[in-house]
Amino acid sequence: MEIKELEKFAKEIRYYTLKELNYMGYGHYGGSLSIVEVLAAIYGKHLNASPETKDDPNRDYFVLSKGHGGPALYATLSLKGYFPEEWLYTLNQNGTNLPSHPDRNKTPGVDMTTGSLGQGISAATGIALGNKIAERNNFTFTIVGDGELNEGQCWEAIQMAAHNQLENLIVFVDDNKKQLDGYTIDISNPFDFAEKFTAFGFNTVRVDGHSVKAISEAITSAKVFKGKPSVIILDTIKGKGIKHIEEMMDNHHLRPDDETNKAIQATIQQIGEELGVLV
Amino acid sequence: MKEFKVTLDEAEMRTTYANFLVDFAKKDEKVVALEADLSSAIATNKIKKAMGNRLINVGIMEAEEVGCAAGLAVAGFKPFIHTFGPFASRRVYDQVFLSLNYAQLSAVILGSDAGVTAEANGGTHMPFEDLALMRAIPKATVYEVSDTTMLRAILEQSYEDTGFSYIRTIRKQPVKLYSEGELFESGIKVLREGKDVSILASGIMVSDAMLAANELAAEGIEATVMDVYRLKPINKEAVLQAAETGAIITAENHNIVGGLGSAIAEVLAEEKPTLQYRIGVREQFGQVGKADYLKEQYGLTVENIVSQAKQLIKKKEKMKTLTSI
Repeated sequence: MEIKELEKFAKEIRYYTLKELNYMGYGHYGGSLSIVEVLAAIYGKHLNASPETKDDPNRDYFVLSKGHGGPALYATLSLKGYFPEEWLYTLNQNGTNLPSHPDRNKTPGVDMTTGSLGQGISAATGIALGNKIAERNNFTFTIVGDGELNEGQCWEAIQMAAHNQLENLIVFVDDNKKQLDGYTIDISNPFDFAEKFTAFGFNTVRVDGHSVKAISEAITSAKVFKGKPSVIILDTIKGKGIKHIEEMMDNHHLRPDDETNKAIQATIQQIGEELGVLV
Repeated sequence: MKEFKVTLDEAEMRTTYANFLVDFAKKDEKVVALEADLSSAIATNKIKKAMGNRLINVGIMEAEEVGCAAGLAVAGFKPFIHTFGPFASRRVYDQVFLSLNYAQLSAVILGSDAGVTAEANGGTHMPFEDLALMRAIPKATVYEVSDTTMLRAILEQSYEDTGFSYIRTIRKQPVKLYSEGELFESGIKVLREGKDVSILASGIMVSDAMLAANELAAEGIEATVMDVYRLKPINKEAVLQAAETGAIITAENHNIVGGLGSAIAEVLAEEKPTLQYRIGVREQFGQVGKADYLKEQYGLTVENIVSQAKQLIKKKEKMKTLTSI
């Protein structure tokens, strides 16, 4: 996909993520909306995987370590044809294939079960190491949350990836500056993620996490970087796309009130019209 | 009944594990072994060359060791994970529970230094709870192995198994119990049959159970002895067969909560209420000391088995008299 198409793809992901969450009526809006552009760049251009190749070990792998972003991943996978759109409206319903946090045994296209923070990035290092041992020419992508990086296990995984020079691993940090209880800087100061990753032996870059162009270019560079794993730190906004939610202090998990619902509906209507899905 | 004599196994548990890895890594390129800086303790440092890049020492990072193993399983490998039992269970329970089991990824964990055999490493390194934790994981297969012939067989079974297995073992030479070619299919080995009392033991307590049976026989008491090497799924039929004596002693190098004693009591309570006494660690933490000293501290001795067996038989007789009145 070219940049224009990637931008359109991002709009589609945001549109269906909102419809999916709103159908349920509550969920992880904030952290789903902040990863829309990176999902568009990964799935729209860089991830060599499709419903046809989901069992091919030579495909690329993706792990959503910040599992609470599941709704955005599901919208993306549905758009890529892993399952029909109707499934999106079963999110978190009894007996669903789309639980709050991704489950590799329930959802086609999900490579790893995540949700207990810190464990997904660890699994991603294992996938990348396995692919390196098997001499497969592929990549493993993983998105971790900025809050998730509180978890000690993340830093174990980061050390392991650097030590083993997993150049086939690309880590994304969704630096939306917030975690469940407030700003990351107030809960547990992350200091400078770029400095930290660099010190841990990563090829590090920070980009605008809502520019598919910037993300896509960073991935292209990371793919050819040799000798080190790469991290792309994404400057993002929690709840991106709906001003009302962006400005809310507690936007990690929402049960939208009337005013918020109105704002969400207006955004769905607006994106729908832009995409030509709604007239 | 022939008297049981203690002879040490010619091999160590750790060399058995290392040899198994070499054999199966040669046979199957999907076999990988993970360590968290305890490779020298379990002798996998001696197989570095044979294993090549399929022996992965992540350093002192047990959470990453398990998470990385889960990822390797996603990429199509069969991981064998080793660390000391407390780290393999207490320390990384959520990783084992979710990244491996909830995610339905096939892997094997070898938890070493079972209970008191952690000796000088003391309470921090002494697992009395690992079997309880692992038994609570849905669909997990849980073993405590007693000698090298058994360990090799169980490792081979776990390799074939598409699920998750936890194998609890000591590191060094066990007492020899089985000869080569012995089959381990049912989860319980009946080592001796008697009508008065049944002693169900696992791991290092199996040979003690046999020695206790010797002493009881000298006093005219005939004991059944079973080696319960698979705690989950448990062989219910064999437990019910043991209950025919009407008195069951369980002996485990583990907390009495959640381990062998509990596993047996669960079957009996639901199927055939039977008098039982659990020999095991009661409301105590680990500590430093030689295994023999520690066994005495926790009542894991031949003497205690003999004495509890006699008391239980008395209780049984008393209850028989009561019910016949």
